[in-house]
Amino acid sequence: METLAIYASRLVTERDYFASGHRACSGCGEALALRYVCKALGRNTIISNATGCMEIVSSPLPETSWEVPWIHTLFENASAVASGIESGIKALKRKHGYTKEVKVVAMGGDGGTADIGLQSLSGALERGHDFIYVCFDNEAYMNTGIQRSSETPFGASTTTAPAGKFSMGQHTQKKNMPAIAAAHNIRYVATSCSSYPFDIMNKIEKAKQIKGPSYIHILSVCPTGWRTASNLTITMGRLAVETGIFPMYEIEDGKYTLNFDYPKLRPVEDYLKVQGRFRHLTKENTAEIQEHVLTEFNRIRLLAGKKIK
Amino acid sequence: MTSKRIGIESSLAVSEAVKLANVDVIAAYPITPQTHIVESLAEMVANGKLDAEYIPVESEHSAMSACLGSCAVGARTFTATASQGLILMHEVLLVAASLRLPIVMAVANRALSGPLNIWGDHSDAMITRDAGWIQIFIENGQQAFDQVLCAFRIAEHPDVLLPTIINIDGFHVSHVIEPVYILDQKSVDEFLPPYKHPRPLDPDDPITMGCFAAPNLYTEARRALDASVRASKTVILDTWKKYGDLTGRYYNPVEKYKADGAETILVTMGSYSENAMIAIDDLQDQGKKIGLVRLRLWRPFPYEEIQEALSSAKNVIVLDRAISLGGPAPVCSEIRAALYTLDKKPQVASVVGGLGGRDISPDNFKTLIDVAMGKLKAGETQEIIMFGVRE
Repeated sequence: METLAIYASRLVTERDYFASGHRACSGCGEALALRYVCKALGRNTIISNATGCMEIVSSPLPETSWEVPWIHTLFENASAVASGIESGIKALKRKHGYTKEVKVVAMGGDGGTADIGLQSLSGALERGHDFIYVCFDNEAYMNTGIQRSSETPFGASTTTAPAGKFSMGQHTQKKNMPAIAAAHNIRYVATSCSSYPFDIMNKIEKAKQIKGPSYIHILSVCPTGWRTASNLTITMGRLAVETGIFPMYEIEDGKYTLNFDYPKLRPVEDYLKVQGRFRHLTKENTAEIQEHVLTEFNRIRLLAGKKIK
Repeated sequence: MTSKRIGIESSLAVSEAVKLANVDVIAAYPITPQTHIVESLAEMVANGKLDAEYIPVESEHSAMSACLGSCAVGARTFTATASQGLILMHEVLLVAASLRLPIVMAVANRALSGPLNIWGDHSDAMITRDAGWIQIFIENGQQAFDQVLCAFRIAEHPDVLLPTIINIDGFHVSHVIEPVYILDQKSVDEFLPPYKHPRPLDPDDPITMGCFAAPNLYTEARRALDASVRASKTVILDTWKKYGDLTGRYYNPVEKYKADGAETILVTMGSYSENAMIAIDDLQDQGKKIGLVRLRLWRPFPYEEIQEALSSAKNVIVLDRAISLGGPAPVCSEIRAALYTLDKKPQVASVVGGLGGRDISPDNFKTLIDVAMGKLKAGETQEIIMFGVRE
């Protein structure tokens, strides 16, 4: 594998730019993913953060977890703020002798990305600003009490799409954000997961090399919202990948690469049964999810030029 | 100082001022209600007449959001909008003020929906009143040009660091061609120092912008911002003095027109003041003791100047070009509040008119004053007079 070198963990910097002491829940996969994103981004970074879990746990006045310049303004505009930062630096370089090489990064949760922030993200991708967008997808509005988003998976029970006598919870499939990002014909789109730190860092490194927009969608395990034990965070992310529920892939100049494939995917039941949010599902529901997962995984396999198993 | 007198649409005069201010970033959304300001700036950038990044954003919300970003890294930043565009920006406007980002914005004041109406009034400015922006009203193209230049100096002053709106009446000013003195670049460069944010977003000195404040700190943060908006008046006055010394055109928070010794004073804001002046001239010729006071500085509100200008009058008639549905007319309510602590208070009549582009001609002003005087004489000052409304 071309990126083998980075698998030597001692090569990873000890320097953190997202400092400990933040107020994330115990077992938070998103904070973990963010830590590795920041390690890979390094010091010459300016971050525009949407309102959300990572914003709220990291920045209670007068404290901060951020050791890179960081700005939070609102929920739906992280990409637009990043557009301004990037354009501002371009102008400063051209007109005022600014010489620093800075990577501009916008980030948000699934709600700030796929719901309320989709318009500003689309605008910034379309205009071609030189920035990385990172979506930390924990599959609902977890910060405000586990309300459903368009990234909440089929069958999950949330406070605004609860399972009940007449409902099995979320009845829509996860919005395909990577495909939406890719439809802007940007050069680099990738998915990753909080249980795979080297994969995250590899992909951030790749995105850093791109001139123009890139998009990374990171499934971030949320024990609070998924109703899983906080010591299962790493396991849960791996199960999401090994069952094929969350395929790990890259789209480079339009070309798909499936990063993790298996001779046989684990049954989705392994992933669903340990989560409180899926506890209500019937055998039939699980079978329906299983079928959809296989269809979707095979779709990505085909796009990546692989044979359907 | 040299300046060139040219005939120019007021919107384009604003663009000329922005060009002379050598802005670094412009982010704007083009759709009506927008004006020619951002089109002409785009043209200047395309032709190399202005070296700036022009971000053609996908909404006004993103326009103001992009402005936050560029201003926070230390780039001089401008945008323009009006009406629905301004209110779509609203959420972001408050953040611009609280982050102390000195963005300058021209607002071609227009009505708000509904019903849909793209013509001029002050509804958009009034609903923006509490956003923490410095707000200045102008009356003609020359003032628009002058005040946009002044706005950069005021907003970016290290003692201020607040975003600033120049309110330019939609159509009646924004789309009208007028003679305007355009300053030379050298004078502008001397008048307007380069923008230097004291703590920009910078990897060499990382800061965190936009923390949340819990109940133990929110009140203090809002109090600090309020104090800063109020304190900005010192720099505003100093800037207008310096600009006056440079150009001979002096500006004041409250400006009087033939108001000394007047028994009755009409108060206006924005371009309709010029029609009011013609009416006042005629009425004074007829021997009527009526004068005019124009409000230029809307935020921070100039309490002392208003008291000084109105305290010796017997009657005050305030014209609002906006309506606060179910409440007092916004400008009048503030003027009444400013006068309340005086020992000897003038009677105040509140008139709402000129909504959604409806003209108030000099003759209309005379009628307006007659109607208001009738109410004042009868002591009926509680109700708002809707001027020119067809029942």
